[in-house]
Amino acid sequence: MAKRIEVSDLNIYYGNFLAVEGVNVSIEPRSITALIGPSGCGKSTFLRSINRMHEVLPGARVEGKVVMDGQDLYGSDVDPVDVRRQIGMVFQRPNPFPTMSIYDNVIAGNRLNNKRMKRAETDELVERSLRGANLWNEVKDRLDRPGSGLSGGQQQRLCIARAIAVEPDVLLMDEPCSALDPISTLAIEDLMTELKERFTIVIVTHNMQQAARVSEQTGFFNLNGVGQPGRLIEFNPTEKIFSNPDEKATEDYISGRFG
Amino acid sequence: MSTDTQAAPPAATPQEGPVRVQRKLPRYAPFGLFAGGVAVGAALSALTGFSVISTVVYGVVLGTVAVYAASRAVEGRRKATDRLVTSLVTTAFGIAMVPLVSLVWTVLDNGLARFDGQFFSNSMYRVVGEGGGAYHAVLGTLIITALATAISVPIGLMAAIYLVEYGTGRLKKAITFFVDVMTGIPSIVAGLFAFALFTLLFGNDFRAGVMGAVALSVLMIPVVVRSCEEVLKLVPNELREASYALGVPKWRTVMKVVLPTAVAGLGTGITLAVARVVGETAPLLITVGLITGTNLNPFDGRMATLPVFAYYQLTQPGVNEQAFLDRAWTAALLLIILVMALNVVARLISRFFAPTTGR
Ligand SMILES: Nc1ncnc2c1ncn2[C@@H]1O[C@H](COP(=O)(O)OP(=O)(O)OP(=O)(O)O)[C@@H](O)[C@H]1O
Ligand SMILES: [Mg+2]
Repeated sequence: MAKRIEVSDLNIYYGNFLAVEGVNVSIEPRSITALIGPSGCGKSTFLRSINRMHEVLPGARVEGKVVMDGQDLYGSDVDPVDVRRQIGMVFQRPNPFPTMSIYDNVIAGNRLNNKRMKRAETDELVERSLRGANLWNEVKDRLDRPGSGLSGGQQQRLCIARAIAVEPDVLLMDEPCSALDPISTLAIEDLMTELKERFTIVIVTHNMQQAARVSEQTGFFNLNGVGQPGRLIEFNPTEKIFSNPDEKATEDYISGRFG
Repeated sequence: MSTDTQAAPPAATPQEGPVRVQRKLPRYAPFGLFAGGVAVGAALSALTGFSVISTVVYGVVLGTVAVYAASRAVEGRRKATDRLVTSLVTTAFGIAMVPLVSLVWTVLDNGLARFDGQFFSNSMYRVVGEGGGAYHAVLGTLIITALATAISVPIGLMAAIYLVEYGTGRLKKAITFFVDVMTGIPSIVAGLFAFALFTLLFGNDFRAGVMGAVALSVLMIPVVVRSCEEVLKLVPNELREASYALGVPKWRTVMKVVLPTAVAGLGTGITLAVARVVGETAPLLITVGLITGTNLNPFDGRMATLPVFAYYQLTQPGVNEQAFLDRAWTAALLLIILVMALNVVARLISRFFAPTTGR
């Protein structure tokens, strides 16, 4: 199920503002790719353009190609809704649906799309997804309670359960641990390592150790100055990035000599 | 004024420790001072022939000054200003309550005389003096308002959804502008519009409840659009994005995420919009008119409604003038109760449908 994504010459705009310029990268299936870089360099912007979430903002547009297993996701005959069904996303801030119970949140992707399922099937899917997100034991006794009643870390794992319940091919995660304590963070990292058996995972993180711990490939984004577009400076195996990067800027950033 | 507060040393005395300890007036002091003010006010008022109004006015002014002075002497300037503003704001609130309380009192006083079973079970058919009731007008008001709601809510809600979820650029600006203009349309103009419309369509003699419903819709639609728009804007964008990211199309996201999240506010807004038009008189006066008997078919013939009923009872009394006046008051009372009930319903809706965030 996991799929390879090839990005070529991608320029990403907010209106007339070029936020990210000239990204070329190949994201391997069944692996974790980490994106690092200073704040405002366009990591989230790039991530959101992979599953065509970028264009939901008014005036936002993209030039270039994102090819998943031979198909250009920005082709004129491609429906962005289908793209998002195949490429799931977890946001920086947990955003469970406040009107739904924990149970309904997990199967929201199916419910909202009116997919008919038998009760037993949904029960099974909910348990499998929650176990997958490492949340089952904590919530199995209160599946009918509102999802917004969980702690921040639990909510984030609920959002991950919700994302994997629709069984996408690729999972994009934008700083999924930035609001979490070290224990929840570890839980989510373990989870990612399990999930990469089935999914292609791209994660944005500010936590260098996290990138080093979980990812196979790392991309370093940087920008030359305020108002300049962000660029992908270096993309290499994680070990290489953290031991012997090709670019001076990468080394400076990783070793904290930044700005 | 209490003497022990005056004996206290002026202003605050700095003390040991990081936080300055401030002398305070005892809690009952402002109330005591105001009571004193009112007592002195009564005395002053008695000098010029006692009246309640002048007593209250003198009392409030004296009380405010006394509290300010006492607080200034004991607690210092900042606290005194605080107390002064508190007094002024409370007084303003009191003044604002006077017409409301007086109105409710008068309507209750006059309206309760005929607030009986007969009022709710009889129409005015062949009634020229005592007796009779507003059965036909109550049902007329309910039917016409329900019809107006049925017309306004879909249009208004969809317009609001368009403005918040889909609209961009010129068209959105134009709609917002016209909705604003429509909010300010005088109700008589709405009535004339409906009258002209139905005259054009069905000829000069056409009268039906639906005319009134259309006129009320003209008034109600902008209110519905406005309140629904505000509520929909409050739905966090993150929820829409969460839904899109699950591969849910936009229209389903609106139907199943945005609207359910906003349902409490939407219900409240719509109920208040109903309350806004339920007592409208002018547009109904020129469109549906009035009959003495009961007509439950809003698509044929005149209908009675509560506001118009009250108006005609008052302006065209029959042989027993008091009986007609009493009925007018009771109709007014019923309208107030109706509006209050709608407000309560609005509150209940927002209480029970609000998304639960509790643990
Ligand atoms: N909605 C928006 N409209 C206009 N410009 C935006 C918008 N969102 C982001 N930008 C701009 O795009 C650039 C990249 O932003 P982005 O959010 O992708 O940064 P980031 O790398 O994710 O930063 P962080 O690490 O702080 O999350 C920034 O210059 C930002 O100001
Ligand atoms: Mg970001």
